[in-house]
Amino acid sequence: MASSTASPISQTSAPESARAGSPQGAIVIGASSGIGAALVRRLAQEGANVAALARRGEELEALARDCAAKGAKGRVFVHVHDTRDTELVPELLETIARELGRVDLAVYAAGVMPKIDKQTYDTNLDLDMLAINFGGCVAWCNALAGLFKSQRSGILIGISSIAGDRGRKPNPMYGATKAAMDHYLEALRNRLSESGVHVCTIKPGYIDTVMTQGMKVFWLISADEAAKRILSAARSGANVRYVPWRWKLVGMALKSVPSFLFRKLNF
Amino acid sequence: MKRARAKAAGPERAFEFVEGWGMTVGAHARVLRPRSVEELAQCFEVARRDGRTLGLRGGGNSYGDASVNERGHTLDCSRMNRIRGFDSTSGVADLEAGVTIEQLWKHSLPRGFWPRVVSGTMFPTVGGAAAMNIHGKNNFAVGTFGDAILEFDILLANGELRRCSRTQNSQLFHAAIGGLGMLGVFTRIQLETKRVHSGNVSVRAISTRNLGEMIEYMEANRASADYLVGWIDCFPGGDAQGRGLIHHANYLHEGEDPDPARSLALEHQELPANIMGLFPKAEVWRILRWFGHDAGVRLINLAKYNAGRLEAHGEPHLQSHAGFAFLLDYVPNWKWAYGRERLRRGLIQYQTFVPKETAPAVFRELLTRCQRAGLVPYLGVFKRHRPDPFWLTHAVDGWSFAMDFKVTPANRERLWRHCAELTEVVLAAGGRFYFAKDLVLGAGDPERFFPAQNLAAFRALKNELDPEGLFETNLWRRAFAPRK
Repeated sequence: MASSTASPISQTSAPESARAGSPQGAIVIGASSGIGAALVRRLAQEGANVAALARRGEELEALARDCAAKGAKGRVFVHVHDTRDTELVPELLETIARELGRVDLAVYAAGVMPKIDKQTYDTNLDLDMLAINFGGCVAWCNALAGLFKSQRSGILIGISSIAGDRGRKPNPMYGATKAAMDHYLEALRNRLSESGVHVCTIKPGYIDTVMTQGMKVFWLISADEAAKRILSAARSGANVRYVPWRWKLVGMALKSVPSFLFRKLNF
Repeated sequence: MKRARAKAAGPERAFEFVEGWGMTVGAHARVLRPRSVEELAQCFEVARRDGRTLGLRGGGNSYGDASVNERGHTLDCSRMNRIRGFDSTSGVADLEAGVTIEQLWKHSLPRGFWPRVVSGTMFPTVGGAAAMNIHGKNNFAVGTFGDAILEFDILLANGELRRCSRTQNSQLFHAAIGGLGMLGVFTRIQLETKRVHSGNVSVRAISTRNLGEMIEYMEANRASADYLVGWIDCFPGGDAQGRGLIHHANYLHEGEDPDPARSLALEHQELPANIMGLFPKAEVWRILRWFGHDAGVRLINLAKYNAGRLEAHGEPHLQSHAGFAFLLDYVPNWKWAYGRERLRRGLIQYQTFVPKETAPAVFRELLTRCQRAGLVPYLGVFKRHRPDPFWLTHAVDGWSFAMDFKVTPANRERLWRHCAELTEVVLAAGGRFYFAKDLVLGAGDPERFFPAQNLAAFRALKNELDPEGLFETNLWRRAFAPRK
C-alpha cells in the first residue's frame, strides 16, 4: 500500500485554501482491469490525481507506470484493497483523501462474475460475490456519502449492469448484486440530492473487457470509449445511464417480457 | 487470500469536512463518534497516539469555529444520545450529552414539561448547549442553559469521570458550563424542565417604529412576559432606525387550555412540511437565494415590517411551543440562500451584549456604522438578558443585538475589519461577546471583556485538568491563544 504523506488537505483551513486551483481528485475502486482501469487512465489523462484500488497490486503498478509513461498530467496512487474488507474503508478513505488533497469524484467499479454452470447452487460462491459486488459498494458509498455530503459537493458513480434488470438464468447472484446496487444507489441519490452531491448509476452493455471474453457479444465498445461516456454521463447529471445508449432499448425490452415467456429464453 | 476479519474495535470513525454552521470556516478532519463512555475514553487514546488534539462537537450549530479543529481530530459526541431518565413529577431529565434539544422536548412535552431554555433551533445537543451556555428568548427571565442544569458528569483528559453540581466540584461546574469544551467532555447532564399546562403559548405581536420603542416596550413588560424577542430591520436610518417587530409570549395558566392533552401531543407541535399545504419548505432556500442581496433583503424586510404592523393590530394568538421557539427551523437549510455550492460563502452572526445603561446609544452607533459602511446585516435580533454565575458567560444585565452578515469572498476582509471596528465600540461600552456565534474576535479580546480573575481561573483550571492540551479548537487558538 502506498504510504500516506503529508498533504494539503490536512492543513487547509478551508475557506481560502484547497478547492479552487488544485487538481481534481478521484477514486476508482476496482481499477486493475476493464472499465475501472480505463477510467483511471482517462482521469489521469485529464489531469486529475487518481487513487486506484484493486486486489491485484502488480496490475495497479503497471497501470500507474503506463499512465506516467503516456504523459498523464495527473498522478496515480496505488492501493491494494479487497472490497470485502469493509472495516478498513474509513481509514483507507482518509489516507487517500489526504494524499489526493481533495476528492471530487469516486467510482465503484469492483465486481466479479464467476462462470457457473446451470446446475450450480453454491452458497459460498454467491455470498462471496455479494460481498465483493455489493457489500464493498455499500461500505465505500457510505463513507464517500459522509465526505461528499459534508463538502456539499461530489460525484459518486456506481458501475451496475444491465444484468440487474431481470432475473436471468445464467448467474442469479450476479444479477441480484447489480439489482441491489441499482436500488441502493437510487436511494442514495435521493438522499444526497439536496446536499449538492450527485449519484450516477451506470449500466454497461457489452464492453471489451476480460468479463466479456469468450462470450457471444454484439454492439461491443472499447473500455476507453465506455470510460469516456461514463464520465460525461455522470458530469452531465445523468441518474441512470446505459452505456452505450442503445442498451436502454434492450433494458426496456427485457423488462417488458412477461415472466412465462422470459423463462423460456436462454438469455 | 488472507484478510483481516477482525471487527473494527472502538468508536466509529469517518473523514469529513467539518465546518461551522455559518459555512465560512471549516476543514477536512477525522471524525470520531463514540457511543459510550468507554469508546469516548478510547478516542482520547487515539488522539494521543496520533499526536493530535480533539475538537469537541455536538450538533455543529455554532455559527463560527467553536467546533472546528483544523489541526486535529473532531470528537463528535452526538451518538451518545440516550435519555437515561425523566421524572414526570419534578420534570428533571437525566440525559446523555449527545441528546438534542429536539429529543428532549419531544420526550418531555407529552409529559407536560418544556425545557427551561431552548435555542432558536432544536438541533443542538445538550452537551453543546452546556459547553457554549446558550440562551433563549427568555434569558431575561430564567437565565441561560446552565442555569437549568442541576448536575453533570464530565470526562477529563486523564480519564477521570467527575460529577459536578453547585455544591459538588462547584468550581468546575461553573467553569465547564460555558467552558467551550476546553476542560473535558460532558457525558451526562441532569437538568430541570418547566411544567406547562398547554402545548401552546399565547403570542402577541408589537410593531415598533424604532429602537427606542422596542427597548421601552420590552423593559416595561419584562416582569410579566415569559418570552420577548425583537426582530430589527437594519436598513432604515433616521427616525425609523431600528424599527422592527416584537413577539411577546406567555405560558398559559392551568385551566386556560380546555384540552391540554391535545395541544401537548407531538402531532400538534410538528412544523408543517409544506407552505399552504403545497410548496415543500425544503426548497424554499432556492427562492430565498434570489433575495440574497441588499435590495432583496430590503424588500423582504419592508414586507415583513408591514405584515408585522398588521399582525400587531390583531388579538394575541396561540402558537405551539415548537412553532414559537424554533423559528430558525421553519425553513430547512435557509442558510443555503447565502450560498450552498461554494465555500467561503455563508454568513456570520455578530452578536453583541451590552449593559442596559449604554445599550441604546451603542446599538444606534452600530447600526449607523453598518449603514455608512454599506455592510448592513440581513437579520437583526434583539433580546434582553440577565447575568449568571458562569465564569465565561456572555450574559449581561442588558441587551443583545445579533446581526447576520452575508459573507462572500469579495467582502470577507472588509467585513472582518468592519466588525473589528464595531468590537471597539462594544468593548468601550462594557459589552461582551458569545462564542457560539463569534468568528471575528482576535487574541487578547477575551481579556478585554471577561473579568480578569475569571479568565485567569479558567486558564489555570485548563492547565490543571488538561496539561497536555488535548482539547483544542480553532476558536481556542484564535481568541484565547494559549501559550504552548
